[in-house]
Amino acid sequence: MMNNKKVRSQSKAAKTSLTITYVLLIVLGIIWLVPLVWIILSAFRCEYRPDGTFVGTVVSNYFPKAYGLKNFTDLFTARYYGVDNAFPKWMLNTLIIAIIDCIISTFLVLSVAYCISKLRFRMRKPFMNMAMIIGLFPSFMSMIAIYFLLKSIGLTGNPNHPEYSVIGLILAYSAGAGLGFQVAKGFFDVIPNALVESAKLDGCTNFKIFRKVILPLAKPIIIYQALMSFTGPWMDFIFAKVIIGADNAAHWTVSVGLYSLLFGTHPDTNLFTQFAAGCVIVAIPIVTLFMFLQKYYVEGVTAGAVKG
Amino acid sequence: MKANTKNKKDLFGPIKKWFTKLGRRFVDGSIGTKLSHFIFGAGNFYHKQFIKGALFLILQILIILFMVLCPSINGTPYGWKALANLPLNKVVEGGTFDPLTGEFSHGSDCKLIILFGFVTIAVIVIYFILWDRNVESSYKADMDEKIGKTPTSFVEDIKELFDSKFHITMLTPTLIAALVFTVLPTVFMIALAFTTYNAYDMNEIGTNLFHWNGFGNFAAVFTGEGSLGVEIKNRFFPVLGWTFIWAIFATLTCYFGGIVLALLINKKGLKGKKIFRTVFIMTIAVPQFISLLAVRNILGEYGPINALLMNLNLISEPIGFLGLQSGDSEVLAKVMVIVINMWVGIPYTMLMTSGILMNIPADLYEAAKVDGASTFKMFAKITLPYVIFITTPYLISSFVGNISAFNSIFLLTGGGPTYVGYQAGGTDLLVTWLYKVTIDQGMYNTGAVIGIFTFIITASITLITYRRSKAYNEEDTFQ
Repeated sequence: MMNNKKVRSQSKAAKTSLTITYVLLIVLGIIWLVPLVWIILSAFRCEYRPDGTFVGTVVSNYFPKAYGLKNFTDLFTARYYGVDNAFPKWMLNTLIIAIIDCIISTFLVLSVAYCISKLRFRMRKPFMNMAMIIGLFPSFMSMIAIYFLLKSIGLTGNPNHPEYSVIGLILAYSAGAGLGFQVAKGFFDVIPNALVESAKLDGCTNFKIFRKVILPLAKPIIIYQALMSFTGPWMDFIFAKVIIGADNAAHWTVSVGLYSLLFGTHPDTNLFTQFAAGCVIVAIPIVTLFMFLQKYYVEGVTAGAVKG
Repeated sequence: MKANTKNKKDLFGPIKKWFTKLGRRFVDGSIGTKLSHFIFGAGNFYHKQFIKGALFLILQILIILFMVLCPSINGTPYGWKALANLPLNKVVEGGTFDPLTGEFSHGSDCKLIILFGFVTIAVIVIYFILWDRNVESSYKADMDEKIGKTPTSFVEDIKELFDSKFHITMLTPTLIAALVFTVLPTVFMIALAFTTYNAYDMNEIGTNLFHWNGFGNFAAVFTGEGSLGVEIKNRFFPVLGWTFIWAIFATLTCYFGGIVLALLINKKGLKGKKIFRTVFIMTIAVPQFISLLAVRNILGEYGPINALLMNLNLISEPIGFLGLQSGDSEVLAKVMVIVINMWVGIPYTMLMTSGILMNIPADLYEAAKVDGASTFKMFAKITLPYVIFITTPYLISSFVGNISAFNSIFLLTGGGPTYVGYQAGGTDLLVTWLYKVTIDQGMYNTGAVIGIFTFIITASITLITYRRSKAYNEEDTFQ
């Protein structure tokens, strides 16, 4: 009897604590979603002032009074900073940069991580230390130096070939990628050395081991690295802005372009609703990618956290 | 102490060994090896390794041509002239006098002088590495012949690059790319910290060239006599202090908030775990320049939050939450960036700790329950110690990351509220200040000084904590 009562009160307590958890999570969820939902709503906002002009700035009502696609059509057709169809150009530009960066970076990271994890050679520890020390310098410090360097070889700020800036930016993004091998190394460390040893006994060269033994097992980390380096150019805007240059609007990446819609020198600045429309277009593919590849992302993040 | 004395012994051992090796190579080597000390690839030709020898020889000729002919870009030379330019404080070659305007232009760009100087030094280092490799390869062929083997052919050498020397093949692309685009720019900026170089004094036309300034720019933190004037003296320590406060709060709030959120979501019996997780992961997936700018605008002067508060008659005029105007409260802006950063950072820790929480052995909790421990006690005595133990490396790296957390500050407050006459505002971190000083102001030397101070902070924290950890010292023992 006593026992029964105790169990019942326990289950009651569990029920209340579960209810509290639900309430807490829902409140937190709402807090987390408010700004993001607001951006989506703003993108579809289609309000006019009494005098017939369009309201493109930030307004105080959270929910729009009228909805429409005007922001999207404007965004795709408008001329920004003297560039026709600027937004589609920025999108295409970013896509090209992201794809090439993704290929180069993933290749570099995998090759370095494999060497550091599975091969033993004289320069191994010095190389790891160098990568760590260099990584501790704030990247914004050397950013301007990279700009000078690229400029001196004509890969940015080139008056005859402004499009070369794109190559410069790809180099700036992917060249240092190999030094960020730590997460992938942590992953390779877990692959048993016995596999490598037995392949060696079978007469495999190190190259063959990498290709036939390691790479097939490395799918999760390949996807993680590819995801990281592909989304990087969509998210970064400081490097892109400095390397490509403020006056080279035709070759900006999409983040630089969208940022400039808010804070730029455009005749009608603070094009907030168009900015929001652009954000929605950029965010949809990236969020979808993340959601699909969530498993690999979590795996990479957790591995990185535990290994440091 | 023990480690120290061991290091000292080790330090001279390899050097001594290396020099004896050098001597032996010259004395014991064949004529080819002796010759290859002066002409690259001579030893390889001697051993009939023609392709390898030719490669060495071509590289030697190219480097010597580079050093002697001094190719130049924008009037700034490479080669020996670049080395000659480095220590000088006077007008360098390439200058022209324009009789019409009476102006003298030195024609060379200060930053290129320094940059090319370092490139040339790097080329010289490469020359000596090649020299060593070329003598070594010839000496190895000597040794092979001595024991009756034929020296390796070119095809065999290539094959080796895919087996026992595979690491060379794999690391070379990264090494070259990292040297050019990461190491060289970093070394260049460190060098700038010791010069008078900034965009204003060193304009392209004029007779003013950079000169070396020793530790003057570092001393400016106390004296205020640098290119940034009194700002560096008056604002350095406030910014430094805030950087630390920010890093501590940003790290701890996100860390513990993330653990609590993970516990909530992973609670037994909770339905819709996946939906909740997805909601929070959204903020990770959405690019920060979108999510942070959204928050900035929603909290803005005319934004919905201020309007809501005014409609509720809680305030009579808009609050400057983020210190975007110079009169706004600095304390409020600081609190707001930390709070908003929780919004960004908590889902990340949640994601990371979720997996770790699942791995806590369930019998630990069972045992605690039998002993009558409360939920909170179990959290404090079991969950927290376990999670902290596993994620200490993450805690350190996230602290270091927060010291240079650029986006959170730059996109939210832009460093504001600003103070008249100063670049560094109330919420500026060392890195955002560094950005303003170098990119907006062109005060490269002072920017480099701020960058070096940031490095010193992050490096000392990392070295003290991380290098002592098992993860580093025993990283290759557990496999």
